[in-house]
Amino acid sequence: MRVLLFGRLGDLAGWRERRIEPPAASLSALRRRLSEEDAALGDALVAPGVHAAVDKAVVRGDAALPPAAEIAFLPPMSGG
Amino acid sequence: MTVRLQTEPFDPGAELSAFCQDRRETGGVVSFTGLVRGEAGAVEMLELDAYPGFTDRAIAEEAEAAAARFALQDLLIIHRVGHIAPGEAVVFVACAAAHRREAFEGADFLMDYLKSRAPFWKKSHERGGARWIEPTARDYQDAARWDAPEEAR
Repeated sequence: MRVLLFGRLGDLAGWRERRIEPPAASLSALRRRLSEEDAALGDALVAPGVHAAVDKAVVRGDAALPPAAEIAFLPPMSGG
Repeated sequence: MTVRLQTEPFDPGAELSAFCQDRRETGGVVSFTGLVRGEAGAVEMLELDAYPGFTDRAIAEEAEAAAARFALQDLLIIHRVGHIAPGEAVVFVACAAAHRREAFEGADFLMDYLKSRAPFWKKSHERGGARWIEPTARDYQDAARWDAPEEAR
């Protein structure tokens, strides 16, 4: 699966896109795995106003993830 | 109806001329061009992050809603992404309608949406360093002008 970070999340993690293998089965499992590697990123992913999108659709709460999913973490949007 | 996100600079005058071509039933075209403000030399560069396939789709959905709400015949939105220097055009909106009021309101509505609610992430590279910025209170107030008033209970 592919994970994308936008805005300040990318700066914080030091990457903007990476593959996660083996794929995480759920959004919460993915957050947990990212948090184990990088606790600061883990905290930022659950901060107020940070949304997750699975295959370009925003999801609320937890969600099962298809193995080839694209998951994006979206900090508060700024407008252009 | 066209929504374009692009890293390359564009010429707002040429875009407006092209947009006005072959419109025999349009009474008015209103366009807005947003430039990057340099803040007296403090801002060196603006960096706009977008999610291709997500950001453009969200803008297109809002554009369709605006077209229906303001009876727009056509509209064009161009938004730069990536690095944009002060003085360069960062956003362009043009609305065509049978009558001017609809064209003015459509462009005003779309700009308020683009400035406050569109899925972009904006970083300002300044003399003292870089910072991510979020909409100002003014941007939110401007956008809220278009929301339906709450139903009286």
